[in-house]
Amino acid sequence: MSLLGEQRIRTLIEGALAACKEADQAEVLLSTSDEALTRFANNTIHQNVAERNSSLHVRAVIGKRIGVARANSLEAQAIREAAESACTIARYSEENPEFVSLPGPSGAIAAIKDAFAENTAAATPEQRARAVQAIISRAEADKLIAAGAFSTMAEEVAAANSLGVFAYQPSTSAEATLVVMGDSSSGYADRAATDVSTIDAEGMAAEACGRATRSAQPRDLDPGTYPVVLEPYAVAEMLDYLAYVGFGATALQEGRSFMAEKMGQRVAAEAVGIYDDGLDPRCFPMPFDFEGVPRRRVALIEQGIARGVVYDSFTASRGNVSNTGHALPAPNSMGPMPGHLHIEPGQATLQELVAGLDRGVWVSRFHYVNVIQPLETIITGMTRDGAWWVEGGEVRYAIKNLRFSQSVLDALASTEAIGRELKLQRGWFGGSLVPALRLGRFAFTGKTEF
Amino acid sequence: MDDVANRALNQAQVSGATYADVRVIAARSEVISVKNGRVETFARSSSEGFGVRVIADGAWGFAASNQLTAQEADRVAALAVSIARASALAKKADVRLSPAQPIQAKYATPIATNPLEDVSVEQKLQLLMACDEAMRRVKGLTLAESSLEAAVEDKLFASSEGSHIEQRIVTCGGGIEATAVTPDEVQTRSYPNSFGRQAGTAGWEFIESLRLAENAERVASEAVELLLAKQCPSGVTTLILDGPQLALQVHESCGHPIELDRVFGMEAAYAGTSFLTTDKLGSFRYGSDLVNIFADATAPTGLGTFGYDDEGVPAQRTPIIQNGIFVGYMSSRETAPLIGQTSSGTMRADGWNRIPLIRMTNVNLEPGTWTLDDLIADTDDGIMMGVNRSWSIDDKRLNFQFGTEMAWEIKGGKKVALLKNATYTGITPEFWGSCDAICNRDHWALWGTTNCGKGQPGQTMYVGHGVAPARFRNVRVGIV
Repeated sequence: MSLLGEQRIRTLIEGALAACKEADQAEVLLSTSDEALTRFANNTIHQNVAERNSSLHVRAVIGKRIGVARANSLEAQAIREAAESACTIARYSEENPEFVSLPGPSGAIAAIKDAFAENTAAATPEQRARAVQAIISRAEADKLIAAGAFSTMAEEVAAANSLGVFAYQPSTSAEATLVVMGDSSSGYADRAATDVSTIDAEGMAAEACGRATRSAQPRDLDPGTYPVVLEPYAVAEMLDYLAYVGFGATALQEGRSFMAEKMGQRVAAEAVGIYDDGLDPRCFPMPFDFEGVPRRRVALIEQGIARGVVYDSFTASRGNVSNTGHALPAPNSMGPMPGHLHIEPGQATLQELVAGLDRGVWVSRFHYVNVIQPLETIITGMTRDGAWWVEGGEVRYAIKNLRFSQSVLDALASTEAIGRELKLQRGWFGGSLVPALRLGRFAFTGKTEF
Repeated sequence: MDDVANRALNQAQVSGATYADVRVIAARSEVISVKNGRVETFARSSSEGFGVRVIADGAWGFAASNQLTAQEADRVAALAVSIARASALAKKADVRLSPAQPIQAKYATPIATNPLEDVSVEQKLQLLMACDEAMRRVKGLTLAESSLEAAVEDKLFASSEGSHIEQRIVTCGGGIEATAVTPDEVQTRSYPNSFGRQAGTAGWEFIESLRLAENAERVASEAVELLLAKQCPSGVTTLILDGPQLALQVHESCGHPIELDRVFGMEAAYAGTSFLTTDKLGSFRYGSDLVNIFADATAPTGLGTFGYDDEGVPAQRTPIIQNGIFVGYMSSRETAPLIGQTSSGTMRADGWNRIPLIRMTNVNLEPGTWTLDDLIADTDDGIMMGVNRSWSIDDKRLNFQFGTEMAWEIKGGKKVALLKNATYTGITPEFWGSCDAICNRDHWALWGTTNCGKGQPGQTMYVGHGVAPARFRNVRVGIV
């Protein structure tokens, strides 16, 4: 493990900013990482990789012309070339009349200590292999076939600009995913944590194996609209797509987000609260965005009412509102996005949620979800790795996988109960913390053969 | 490149590797996009590094670094071997590779004009601005977006078996996207394809051939017209798919199921497995007699075209489906021996920092005999759908559902009405079994798919699909 540390990073960034001689303003986003992933299938490790890399983004601003250059070398010459390239691109580019300025400093941003765990940074291939061995042993004991991945990562990210912004955060993450397969069924489980030593490989294996065993000998269920219980794995995926189509300021400003016409209106059941909080220590915290602006907690849906979206410096300036600190690395066409989504928990255990289903479907997980109609928040996908038919609050039998085509907002509007336990799911950056949900209606529109 | 590669190969073998290969890569790329008259993105990127893949104690290890120094070559090669030894803690059998002849070779994408070095920034911006202006001339249009991308990858592959292969792969592409928005609806039309662009292994001449500016106003008009179009009806009907949509249909329901690593469960934890188990090889009826598919890494301008794969195996043209019968997989040196074959040369990594996986090359549907006009005229009652908008398929690649940007109702052999929000669904072998007509070579085009995801850590691969429009019977449409 060889993170450079704040002082070394600061020196490199100062060099890059100084090399943007032509620019009126300049921004540097710099990261380094050590990542490793042990992958297994058919109860054996079949892929096992490690990578050391770094990333340098230089955004140069000349008047209202902007250029970005990216490189993965931190050698002095490479940094200088990236800075000069960004300036050259800016010089040749056309003006963006809506651009006002890079963000200014907003005071010192303290790094979050809990975001980094030495255990994770020091994890070895042997440690990962031993955890995988424990998972495989459990699967073999249940006569199941295990496939999955166990990864560890340490990285440092710094964002700075010529107006005086500087922010630095080291962090770690560990993630394990597992599918176990029997003759007629499968089960899934995953775990994510800042500290790898808290990943309970055996508990995860027991969870996945339990699902695979309980979902054996599945029967056909006719497609139709049913009440459902969605476990957190399914809820997190559904939430990601809702965020993608609706919770960013660019989509709002272009009229492509459902929030554009529904701000302040009811869009979900009263019990539903959704917010983004990059400072929550449970959820891979990150105190600043990729422009170095402090992240703010943003209420997105509050008591079922549409309340807000997330902003970066460009969209905040364009909308004449406060910047919430949700920029992605420049350039990007999506605009700002939430990276630390939360659904507020309820009171019910998972068992109580299922017990409340009179005639409905219990879904553990979705597969290959995609957006059909963004404004209506309609998505499609398959169930995967365990689904069951429930009658009178009791599981009657496992069912073959179904295709759903469903508006996320319509589903949330039918929320009947919310689980009290929150599950941490790793995201592209950050993560999400979500409970299980019982929804009054969910449209299954097709079925498959297994 | 050679110094780092030789050093790493030596160190790997000194550390105990029984097999080692090294890929050293330097890649450069550029993306420019314009949105509603302003340059939204203008970025250049470079990435360089090397990856060392080894077999030690009968198991795989891989390590990679962005630091191209002798000291780092030693560290990374030794790390790869120690990772392989950790893999061996949970192995069931030793890895065995199909034989490969040592190859010393060079390959470069044939191009006329280098899209990164030989085309001025002004020329590129002029093209994008022309597209932008043409789209925004259409009343009612909300968003006009256009983009160009180009990349050059220089790659050295060297192995402990004596191979030494240098390749330069040049890719480029472009596209436009017009979006019309009302408070109740968003409709988008893309050209030539969705996902931002049509792309290929080619030079700037490829982008010129797309005629982006010439099509911009038409595409924008279609986006606005869609707001007033009829909703796609629900039911079971005859379906004609245009090239871009059929390309993705081939990708999802033919390309992924024939990846032999998926078949053997090696991707089970993420993307899933395949219904196409090895007992089906040579006998399973995948589609109607008309359906013939090849995996062809040699097709000119294909996004999945190269000289040698990332195991040093030469590019090949492999029969996959012949007269509707499934006859071949895409394979690697590790998986091919498991079915008594040698590698079909489809192992690719999306960079120096990733291991190669079995990836689609250009999975192409052979053309048939129809003209598109005759095909429509021959269809009494049906729907023609074009250009993908959404896609989803189950984890064995059986149940799929697609949405398209636009569709037309066909009555009495004529396109009679524009339809919006079109979707269709089916089960893979039933769908291909219902194919009763494929258009001829005049309608055949090689489409580039730039967003094919696979593996953990995730990799995004460029692949190609050559298709001509085709007709399918008894397809369920209008799901939403």
